[in-house]
Amino acid sequence: MSTTELHVHNPVEDLLRQDRVPTIWCPGCGIGTTVNSFAHALLGQQINLQKTAIVSGIGCSGRVSGYMNLDSFHTTHGRAIPFATGLKLANPELTVIVYSGDGDLTSIGGNHLIHAARRNMDIMVVCVNNMIYAMTGGQAAATTPGASNSTTTPYGAFEPELNMAQLVDAAGACFVARWTAFHVMQLERTMAKALKKKGFRFIEILSPCPTYYQRKNNMGDALAAMVDYKKRSKIKNGCPTWETALEPGGEIVVGEFVDREREDYLTRMRRQLGSHYSEFPPQPEEQESEGCEKEC
Amino acid sequence: MKADQRCVMTGTHFINGDAACCEGALSAGARFAAGYPITPSTEIVERFAARAPQVGGLFIQMEDELASSIAIQGMVWGGQKSFTVTSGPGYSLMMEHIGLAAISETPCVFVDVQRGGPSTGLPTLPAQGDMMQARFGSHGDYVTIAICPNSPQECYDLTVKCFNLAEKFRVPVMFMMDECVGHMTEKVVIPPAEEIDLYPRRHASKPPGEFQLFEAGEELVPEMAHAGEGYKLYVTGLTHDKRGYPALNPAAQRELVGRLFEKIRRAQDELTMVEAEGLEDADVVVVSYGITSRVAQKAIQAARDKGLKVGKLRLICVWPFPEKLIRELAGKVKALVMPELNMGQVVLELERCAGGQCKVIGVPHPGGTVHKPVEILEAIERGAR
Amino acid sequence: MLKELRIAGFGGQGVILAAHILGRAVSIHEGGYATMTQNYGPEARGGAASAALVVSDQPVLYPYAVSLDVLVAMSSEAYTRFVPEVREGGMLLVEEDLVPLDQKAQHLRVYGIPATRLAEELGKKMVLNVIMVGFFCAITGIVVRDAAMKSVKDAVPARFLDLNLKAFERGYEYGVELLAKGPAKGEQQMAVPQEAEV
Repeated sequence: MSTTELHVHNPVEDLLRQDRVPTIWCPGCGIGTTVNSFAHALLGQQINLQKTAIVSGIGCSGRVSGYMNLDSFHTTHGRAIPFATGLKLANPELTVIVYSGDGDLTSIGGNHLIHAARRNMDIMVVCVNNMIYAMTGGQAAATTPGASNSTTTPYGAFEPELNMAQLVDAAGACFVARWTAFHVMQLERTMAKALKKKGFRFIEILSPCPTYYQRKNNMGDALAAMVDYKKRSKIKNGCPTWETALEPGGEIVVGEFVDREREDYLTRMRRQLGSHYSEFPPQPEEQESEGCEKEC
Repeated sequence: MKADQRCVMTGTHFINGDAACCEGALSAGARFAAGYPITPSTEIVERFAARAPQVGGLFIQMEDELASSIAIQGMVWGGQKSFTVTSGPGYSLMMEHIGLAAISETPCVFVDVQRGGPSTGLPTLPAQGDMMQARFGSHGDYVTIAICPNSPQECYDLTVKCFNLAEKFRVPVMFMMDECVGHMTEKVVIPPAEEIDLYPRRHASKPPGEFQLFEAGEELVPEMAHAGEGYKLYVTGLTHDKRGYPALNPAAQRELVGRLFEKIRRAQDELTMVEAEGLEDADVVVVSYGITSRVAQKAIQAARDKGLKVGKLRLICVWPFPEKLIRELAGKVKALVMPELNMGQVVLELERCAGGQCKVIGVPHPGGTVHKPVEILEAIERGAR
Repeated sequence: MLKELRIAGFGGQGVILAAHILGRAVSIHEGGYATMTQNYGPEARGGAASAALVVSDQPVLYPYAVSLDVLVAMSSEAYTRFVPEVREGGMLLVEEDLVPLDQKAQHLRVYGIPATRLAEELGKKMVLNVIMVGFFCAITGIVVRDAAMKSVKDAVPARFLDLNLKAFERGYEYGVELLAKGPAKGEQQMAVPQEAEV
């Protein structure tokens, strides 16, 4: 019997900063699962990774940017989108992805989410929705459904929850989708598709938070969450977003809801400005040799 | 390096301070800006919105000042020079991102055209009430540079200077205008591009793999690389190590914050930017900044007409405060007089640096207009007694 | 030599541009110094519009005009609001069809011109501000005619240049004639009622 040296190469290894592993995420957390799908989507699409930047806000999902071996920007709470906007405008060659959480993107950063969608800014936003503020210890978020318990709603939440898909659809996003951490293959395909699209793209991923959301609401462990997602999810591509609200215990509508063509910000700007806009090529380098002197 | 002539509106103009500031930014090579309209700063971005596309740039009007103040940092990491423009209420909203620019060493310029406050205050009238905010407004410990112009000409010249300082020290630079200089129209001479010196962004000299984003050399200011250049940057608002990786421990905090302070502290002499006159035999020196320095000059002339020995020290760079200069001066004079359009802000620093060696007389003013020269004259006379 | 001036009227009369033309003339074409400031109110239209100029042969230190040497008033409201700022013995130039005077003008040297009517005669009411600029130059001598005309050229679009230069000339001539036919400088050129109209 011969022994073979076994080298296990994780296919997405090169896309992760190996020197930053292990992550801060809890066992059973869904964020890492989404990152895996994201990494596969990036690799599968032959995106120029040298020209790809990832921007996050603050929170558990806000740490994604720092684990990706891309140009990574970990900004302030809620402000990943305006940072990404500046980055994209300054260098339109870049593929810019915002990866952050529900609290970060919809609550403190809600205004930016609306306006980036309205502008159809050419960025892709991935929102990991764990329905709670996890990094700070399990407080209620704008996405916390129904009467859920959290540390700031000890008697159950009583604010209605936000439907992100409907919000960004109304604001003008050109691509809106939702999956759960259970739908890894579908998620990868959707991400791949979104990566190739121009304009404001929004992907929501429901993800278990066993440490806070699941535990506080007696929903069992991460595996139980997967079983729950599987049981409750219903794929409805093209579903009107007003029919995609996440009712507690109800159906989880998943799929690609919106996929439309709309002029993105920079394209529209150039069209509108017309001759008022002048390209600005770099100044020609000073000529070092005096060219044709020999010949002339 | 020299300014790009395509961006420089060389010539003699009769324009206001806001317009001059916009031209200064363009001359300095800023072709991108983000902002949110607010009186009395709006004219800067209105002009920029018209001018920038002509040179391949753009102005984006963001949804608020929080967005503006971080969009510009995205622009900088995307490889551009950028700035944002605001006034009091908007400046308050920008505070968080001044801290981000400080810790991530993002070179950018924040223009604050100061108006009367607190809150909505006096939107169309001048004040200098944001001076302490410019120094201490964001949470945590950091240092910035704050520059105060006193004329439209300086709104041009010093805007260029702000961008140069931002690049040199990799800090957010505060350009502290006020409504009076912003809306005041005077002659502004814009020199030919080849006479405008720009401090180039110091780009990474090592290739990806070897380059460490926050590794600083002798001068304590790291080199910079941009997104899309293959460096796999890691920029975070968390305390970080030389690679930019989060390092949440006291040692990393000491090293990072220590360096951020030290890079400015050791440039104190270079950043002592003043206009001084008649200090040699002065009994009283009027220390002032911004628009107030012009009114102070009038009071100084009146005091000299009365036979008093009065010197002038005008601070062009207020932060960092010219501590050494003030200490020396305080040992030689009877009194330092500081008029300012607030109820006494920078005078606290003046008092601290004077260290009891001489009288320090503040001439507070709640803003809405400038001092009457006689108010400053009275303080000079008190100081001379 | 330091002079404090204010041009005031209602929105749409072009008072800001008039001040701009004069300030530019002094600081660019005469090599002197001029500082222009404006009053800003929350109203975007209507109300009093005004701009002040401090002109000098030395750099201007104090930016605001506080004791006016000359007030150019182009509306009744502007007159009422700003005439108290004119120094004793200062000059008051008015759009005489629009500004009814009262005893507040008593100690001032007052010169009137029907600028709106003259502008209408030239075919465009909007040039009344440039007529006023010409009139101002002739009466006060604070800004040299040639410099002011150069400044008009800088300030107006090419297609309106002839019209504006004509307007300037018209105002200037009117001022020269007024000075020539009227009593010696220093006396009032318009009848001022001795009592205020209640």
